[in-house]
Amino acid sequence: MTRALMKGNEAIAESALRAGVRAYFGYPITPQSELPEYMARRLPEHGGVFLQAESEVAAINMVYGAGGAGVRAMISTSGPGFSLMQEGLSYLVGAEVPCVVVDMMRGGPGLGNIAPAQGDYFQATKSAGHGDGRLLVLAPSTVQEACDLTLLAFDLADRYRNPVAILGDGLLGQMMEPVVLPDPVTPVRDTAWATTGAGRGPARVITSIDLEPEALEAHDRHLQDKYRCAQREVRWESYRLDDAGIVIVAYGIAARVARTAVDRARAGGLDAGLLRPITLFPFPSQAVRDAAGRARAVLVVELSAGQMVEDVRLAVEGRVPVRFYGRCGGVVVTPPEVLEQIEKAAADVGAGRRVQAGGTS
Amino acid sequence: MKQVFGRPPVLTAAPTHYCPGCTHGIAHRLVAEVIDELGIRGRTIGVASVGCSVFAYDYLDVDFQQAAHGRAPAVATGIKRVLPDRVVFTYQGDGDLAAIGTAEIIHAANRGERITVIFINNAVYGMTGGQMAPTTLLGMRTTTTPAGRDAAQAGYPLRVAELLAPLPGVAYVSRAALSSPAQIHKAKRAVRRAFQTQLDGRGFSIVELLSTCPVGWGLEPIEAMRWLETEMIPVFPLGDLKVPGTGGA
Repeated sequence: MTRALMKGNEAIAESALRAGVRAYFGYPITPQSELPEYMARRLPEHGGVFLQAESEVAAINMVYGAGGAGVRAMISTSGPGFSLMQEGLSYLVGAEVPCVVVDMMRGGPGLGNIAPAQGDYFQATKSAGHGDGRLLVLAPSTVQEACDLTLLAFDLADRYRNPVAILGDGLLGQMMEPVVLPDPVTPVRDTAWATTGAGRGPARVITSIDLEPEALEAHDRHLQDKYRCAQREVRWESYRLDDAGIVIVAYGIAARVARTAVDRARAGGLDAGLLRPITLFPFPSQAVRDAAGRARAVLVVELSAGQMVEDVRLAVEGRVPVRFYGRCGGVVVTPPEVLEQIEKAAADVGAGRRVQAGGTS
Repeated sequence: MKQVFGRPPVLTAAPTHYCPGCTHGIAHRLVAEVIDELGIRGRTIGVASVGCSVFAYDYLDVDFQQAAHGRAPAVATGIKRVLPDRVVFTYQGDGDLAAIGTAEIIHAANRGERITVIFINNAVYGMTGGQMAPTTLLGMRTTTTPAGRDAAQAGYPLRVAELLAPLPGVAYVSRAALSSPAQIHKAKRAVRRAFQTQLDGRGFSIVELLSTCPVGWGLEPIEAMRWLETEMIPVFPLGDLKVPGTGGA
């Protein structure tokens, strides 16, 4: 265990090294360029391959090649680059090649800006490019958690032979926090499927094409079975949730802001609590449903025009009103804004039982 | 009786899905023969592309990874970088390599990736039904140039071998034709030299194989062979454009 003060981007890179990453391919884009820069310095020292590609399109296909050759491979980007990677991710998913992809989200759409945002939620959680595939999606909210989830991301990618996305934002990537780095691991991996040269054995093929509709359907159902299995990986954090009448659902940086707002609401006697999804796919639907079942209202807070709120509404199934508050374009929500939304929600659905002011549960 | 001709072990017994008169089968055989002769079957990894040859892995008995349209050189880069002692080749058509994959082929070549590219140039998109390719000849009728390719509207045939040869990372560039036994013999030598260039660690190697697409061209197979020789070769001259030890790598 090593303690360090690191940017989120660097902490993810260092954690990936300790997870045994052997190949990194990327393309410069703000606000994540510290990650490839860190890899350029350190990955060769660890016997790995760093290569700056000619585009994100090429980079994700290099990841596909390296991952197919049986090593832990990784890539990082921000929104516009994540869009370009969708084609490649679809092939990785279809051909069941594991990798870890980091998206440090920025304001959009289009070129947008380089300020923090959460507008890539749909793109990350709903489909891996074209077709019926999915990414598993992890959403850290601190530099420490970014570090820890990087380790988990590589394990999940191997376990499900599927790309795993770490969905952060420009704030998480850029801010420095103290972090306890994990001890290096030597991953035990099953790569009997990898195309490494057949030796004297039968040739192996990594492909995503099957012209026979019934056969492709069977393959697609196999992918969906994996995603059903992956439900067991669902993770979330509850904060002052047990007696919460106003449940805030927020992830990543937005959740940190919401957490402060919850404390302020509690200090003012309002029974607010926070449910923070850590896995965005699989989404903690049951946890959201349970929390909503005990609440009078749910408030979703995002740095977007409203994306995760759709999953929350699906989970809540109309049990209680689901409100939304978001800022987009790179504007970050503030605790007073969220507190105001909590107060409005309380005014609309009733303040409920007053909680004892102060302290944290 | 002594057997003087047979199927190379790397060429599988699977009947190909290629149209009558198509030269993909010949190109596959040449690759298979070279892999056998060099004794590299166990450490060779192919990258199949998108187009008629997408199922190359059904016919070549080596490890294969199938790539997205145009991305084979990037996939091959990923493989070769993490497994530098393996032999990695791509097998790409002209739409794949010279249109949608232009960035990937140029940058793989310019990095001097130690991979081998088998580039099938038949001047047309075969799988999608005979549309214009970047290599379609001027005046040539395709389903998307029904009046013939007009340079003012659709530009000029792209000469990939000439484009790549000057790059310092490129070690071997050759163009051959699959139109007659004599030409096929030369093509085999080029394919072998391309793989040998990789084995010697000299840099990027590519062989452009002028090929026929009788169905896409609307010609009988024998007419197609003649058309290749009389129409394509003047636009795409044959021979080595660069050999190892000259101009960089």
